Amino acid sequence: MTRKVLVTGASRALAARFARSLAADPEFEVIGVDLIPPRDDLGLASFVRADIRSPAVGRVVEARGVDTVVHMAVTSAPAGAVGRQSSEVAKEINVIGTLQLLAACQRVPSVRKLVVQSSVSVYGASPRDPASFTEDDSARVSPRTGFGKDTIEIESYVRGFARRRPDVVVTTLRLAALMGATVDSRIARYLALPVVPRVLGFDARLQFLHPDDAVGALEHAVREDVPGTFNVAAPDVVTLGQALRRMGRPTVGVPRGSASSVASLFRGWRGADFSADQIDALTYGRVMDTSRFAAAGFVPTRSSADALAEFVAASRPGLLSAERVEGAVGAVTRFARGVEERAGRA
Amino acid sequence: MPDAEVVRLEDWADRHRGAEDTPAAREALARFLRRRLEGDYPVDEFGFDVELTEQVFLPLLRPLVRSWFRVELRGAENLPTTGPALLVSNHAGALPLDGMVLHSVVFDEIGRHPRMLGADLIFSTPFSADLARKTGTTLACPEDAERLLRAGELVSVFPEGFKGLGKRFADRYKLQRFGRGGFVSTAVRASVPIIPVSIVGSEEIYPLLGRLPTLARAFGWPYFPLTPTFPWLGPLGMVPLPSKWVIEVGEAIATDELPPGAADDPMVVFDVTDQVRETIQQTLYTLLMQRRGTFF
Repeated sequence: MTRKVLVTGASRALAARFARSLAADPEFEVIGVDLIPPRDDLGLASFVRADIRSPAVGRVVEARGVDTVVHMAVTSAPAGAVGRQSSEVAKEINVIGTLQLLAACQRVPSVRKLVVQSSVSVYGASPRDPASFTEDDSARVSPRTGFGKDTIEIESYVRGFARRRPDVVVTTLRLAALMGATVDSRIARYLALPVVPRVLGFDARLQFLHPDDAVGALEHAVREDVPGTFNVAAPDVVTLGQALRRMGRPTVGVPRGSASSVASLFRGWRGADFSADQIDALTYGRVMDTSRFAAAGFVPTRSSADALAEFVAASRPGLLSAERVEGAVGAVTRFARGVEERAGRA
Repeated sequence: MPDAEVVRLEDWADRHRGAEDTPAAREALARFLRRRLEGDYPVDEFGFDVELTEQVFLPLLRPLVRSWFRVELRGAENLPTTGPALLVSNHAGALPLDGMVLHSVVFDEIGRHPRMLGADLIFSTPFSADLARKTGTTLACPEDAERLLRAGELVSVFPEGFKGLGKRFADRYKLQRFGRGGFVSTAVRASVPIIPVSIVGSEEIYPLLGRLPTLARAFGWPYFPLTPTFPWLGPLGMVPLPSKWVIEVGEAIATDELPPGAADDPMVVFDVTDQVRETIQQTLYTLLMQRRGTFF
């Protein structure tokens, strides 16, 4: 018997990729749902245009006899909105959308499994953080605004749902920042700026997740029963300084106190707009312990370094790219040798 | 002991003099610079950059350790060459130089990096956060300490914390309260030996005559130090006095024979904390009795 899987937020790149990948398996019938038609090809997955904030989604779930709901309509950057408006639109989609979707799912007996895409943002970022967060840790300094706060609310609704429907297998996946050749995320746009402003005197530890591994993790949660909350990231760490050097980007140090005003200057420009929480994450760094999900049977195939390397290869080379560094080092070596030879002759 | 010290110092000087000359060394330097510029070096989950620490930080620190403070290490045989252990030391000197010196000395002796545990202020202060993480320091919290010990690392901790650093000159070598004994419960839970380390000399590098609470509050520092030279001479006042240091590593205090659940028994934790504190305090007094003067 084929399983019927509903994917919310299917117009977004990762959800579309996941829907396409899962639908390629004849064992699954995949239905994508979103407000706007998908830009990406959904493959064999079908698409229903519906708002998860309306009862229409409940009707889709019921009418199609959906057994697995994969909730991916969680966003830090809704399309076409900037600044304060952006965080309000995002909150509407994230929090109210989740609330409505879960309410709809609760009443449909055919639903056996719920997989929720959450984010590393639930951990916030502060100088008081442990080096590596386990799933049992909570934010030392709770995110006050934006996406971090949304994800915490979403997870609390999901826990409420799990209590009310103990027969449903509920899996929450806290995904690290996506990184790879085709990724268009805030951190990706930030790293690709021609000259990158960064907080002076800090070198944040970053951890990435390749979209293939994100899709793999979601599929693992759909195929196997892995109830609970899991950190999903490549286990290794790349520092911001390292990432920028690999990108070959020159940087400008910005004092921490003025980081958010500098970030607001970039608002709207190339989409490199950061909320206070994201600036904190790029200052103090944030790493997740991934051993629990490894024990549950999923290990990412790409390291953070690999994912970044793929992104570097696909981006325009920076002012200080590896080739140019190579050239400069070569020139210095040749110059030194020349000086030496002349000194030797004299 | 002094002979061995001299030989090692010369070795070090030789190595450095040699490094300037051979083409192979120059090639290695070029490779190193290239790796640094291209970001092609490993960093662990704590942000520890082994390459930077071994190639830049420790070599820069060595003259301070060898020539300025003339550190003498005693009881080196008590330093474990393998397996997890917790080094516990006294803390003083306005700036956490003692941690760096201990790092340098331990690394040169047994080739292991003691991973320091630091207060959150270190990680909220620009540059200090960066330097601390890159040289292997992480936040003093049970999670990080346990993670390091589980990974078999040598961890060093200064339980006096800022109370130690901000000690007045008159209170030198009088150990302050050892926190709440959190480091002991962590060691007991992980069943790793606690190794007491007593440092003499560190408490005279910045003779703290007084503290200015108002300025400290304004800067957000735990204390604002007044020394004979700071802040009067400006940055020059930050040059530490060249006291002669002795670091004595004591015998390990085993924790693996304690009954299960001891980590959660406050009495056991207090007892072990006192034992460690007393050991360090007694060693400090003995070392102070033995030394001829502060600067030789």
